[in-house]
Amino acid sequence: MTDASLPKGGAKPHLSSLTEPDARTKSRNAAEKRFRAYGVIAIGTGILCLLVLLFAIISNGIGAFQQTFIEVPVYLDPAKLDKKGERNIEDIKKVSTFGYNPLIQKAVLEQVEKAGIDTPLTKPKDMKAMISASAAGQIRSMVIENPDLIGETVDVRFLASSRVDGYLKDRVKREHLARDKNIDAEHLDVVDGLLEAGVVKKTFNPAFIFGADASESRAEQAGLGVSMIGSFFMMLVVLFLALPIGVAASIYLEEFAPKNRFTDLIEVNISNLAAVPSIVFGILGLAVFIQFIHLPQSAPLVGGLVLTLMTLPTIIISTRASLKSVPPSIRDAALGVGASKMQSVFHHVLPLAAPGILTGTIIGLAQALGETAPLLLIGMVGYIASNAPDGIASGLLDPNSAMPAQIYEWAKRADPAYYERAWGGIIILLVFLVTMNTVAVILRRRFERRW
Amino acid sequence: MSFVKLSASALAIAAVSATAAAARDQVQIAGSSTVLPYASIVAEAFGENFDFPTPVVESGGSSAGLKRFCQGVGTEHTDVANASRAIREKEIKACAENGVTDIIEVRIGYDGIVFASQLDGPAYTAFTQSDIFNALAPKVMVDGQLVDNPYKKWSDFNADLPAEDILAFIPGTKHGTREVFEEKVIATGCEATGAMEAMIAGGMSEDDAEDACLEVMSDGRAVDIDGDYTETLASIDANANGIGVFGLAFYENNTDKLKVATMTGVEPSTETIASGEYPVSRPLFFYVKKAHIGVIPGLKEYAEFFISDEIAGGDGPLAEYGLVADPALSETQEAVAAEEVMGGGS
Repeated sequence: MTDASLPKGGAKPHLSSLTEPDARTKSRNAAEKRFRAYGVIAIGTGILCLLVLLFAIISNGIGAFQQTFIEVPVYLDPAKLDKKGERNIEDIKKVSTFGYNPLIQKAVLEQVEKAGIDTPLTKPKDMKAMISASAAGQIRSMVIENPDLIGETVDVRFLASSRVDGYLKDRVKREHLARDKNIDAEHLDVVDGLLEAGVVKKTFNPAFIFGADASESRAEQAGLGVSMIGSFFMMLVVLFLALPIGVAASIYLEEFAPKNRFTDLIEVNISNLAAVPSIVFGILGLAVFIQFIHLPQSAPLVGGLVLTLMTLPTIIISTRASLKSVPPSIRDAALGVGASKMQSVFHHVLPLAAPGILTGTIIGLAQALGETAPLLLIGMVGYIASNAPDGIASGLLDPNSAMPAQIYEWAKRADPAYYERAWGGIIILLVFLVTMNTVAVILRRRFERRW
Repeated sequence: MSFVKLSASALAIAAVSATAAAARDQVQIAGSSTVLPYASIVAEAFGENFDFPTPVVESGGSSAGLKRFCQGVGTEHTDVANASRAIREKEIKACAENGVTDIIEVRIGYDGIVFASQLDGPAYTAFTQSDIFNALAPKVMVDGQLVDNPYKKWSDFNADLPAEDILAFIPGTKHGTREVFEEKVIATGCEATGAMEAMIAGGMSEDDAEDACLEVMSDGRAVDIDGDYTETLASIDANANGIGVFGLAFYENNTDKLKVATMTGVEPSTETIASGEYPVSRPLFFYVKKAHIGVIPGLKEYAEFFISDEIAGGDGPLAEYGLVADPALSETQEAVAAEEVMGGGS
């Protein structure tokens, strides 16, 4: 509109200097500066929050990746473990983990004496507070696997109790011990001595990433591995159901469906579904999949089905958006050279829209991976993720948890060591989410075409 | 056409699952979040020591657990319900309606309920049931008269308590702990202060007075916690003047943040609860569906293992975690071995 003419013969035009800004210009410039400052402040606040959050997560959770181990030679006393001396596997199995505890306690005490630590704790039983309850089970399964070990002295590395671990990580402080019945200051003196002797060591703990959940009395043993497998199977279900259904629905709606009231209604409902709180899908899953269809409780299959419902709208919306962004000229050209409608869609439109669909799917999956609320209702919290599945069917149907549900469960537990593990779990979950989102961004960058 | 294949395979998976749902080889347990830690400790040790897979333990509260337990017989239903209170008549009836008739009741031990506050907070060190009643009940006795609760600070009715605003975090109504709190603390305080007598004298029937005695003020001084003890702990962390209701085991795991108050002069510990000196305790139970014994592998073994001496006895891992061992454990062991069901039948 630059060639609009000045009013003819009107008043003398308002003259202003080009070098000296007048009052109005000044105020406009100031307003603009202020607006920019607001923007900078907003971004700054966001970055600050992100940094604080990351700092909190990493500083609280990094400890979970390290664990305190005790390494001692344990004498596997045949008089205790195989009284008949026949090395019959059934006889050996009869000795429960409680029968192994005295052996381990004795072995640790021997090390304490060897290291010359001056302590009032002189009985094997006094060592109990420092040893994880998992040690006996670990050695028992070792013996059952190889009964020939009985009668020999084997070097074993087992976990220290969560309090000892907490002491090495500065979580358990000496001044709080007076009222703590789990461990005494004398134990910590012994730990200090053993630390010097190299019997007690704090090292990287792969079991936290790959292991199974543990009960409340042995926080030191708990790991995220089995629930990670649960998450993996749920994501498989989501991928195999949500992607084909979502893509088929959006292709039909976008390319084939007539535009009428009914399809409008569907469209509105899809957008509404995307905004439904996820817990609602959990209740739906409980009512339909478990109580009506009788699928098993706590199964990743059910979790996957529920998350599929939740992810579908996201995938449909992003797929439709990427289908829409393919210019109509491509369709017209395909139809023009004699392709059928279906050929034009599958040979031309869909390949061009694929990067967008893929990105949408990955983001939908990432969202589903971090979802906890619906899983609470279908029984995926509690002491569930204890056995690693041994195949696809058992992976889908055996009770399991998921990463976020496991983190929630840990955060609830009484032992403070679980709190640290919850933060550690968040780090692992974040690594997964960031990776998935990065892959989505890279795919988009690489394959996206602009017209 | 790969979409067709994909959908077909997805359908196939669903079909396989429907048939496989019939077979289940691990024990499934649900119920009280108070019993959950004990059940998970037992489940873990069970998985280690037996050739059966580790049982699965879900939480959700006593009522929710019993409700699921009572939904029917069959592998899609849970085998064991954990409860921090005894099963109610109503629930037994609901069970029977769905065909769950033979229920084995197993008492595993006792759990103490303690009042704790911030370690460095005000000196809440000694309470009586009357103190808690005076602080939280809507109607209390003042100079022999039943009046609307006039107290704002603890010191208003007991000079030994700190001059702090009354604030208590108590378990929400879906918890079994709430029932114990009402009956063993509020109601006892109601009787001890004479408020109950005054209510009856004021024309209330005895039943109504008993109900009225359980009431807790809803003006914000008593906050219902519907989540777990960790939520109560967080609330205590944020409010120095607050007191919270915890299970003994939870308190003992968090002595670095909490200090416990005595009740009528008795310090809560496994010993004082076992001897009956500490007044606020309750039995913990689990219920086993007899129809599932022999169907679900390991169910009876799990129940027997749970109450064996080496687990639930005085030196076992449960006692270590905070459970007060049941003096009558051997009777329970016999009852479980004989599969004695509730209601006197065999």
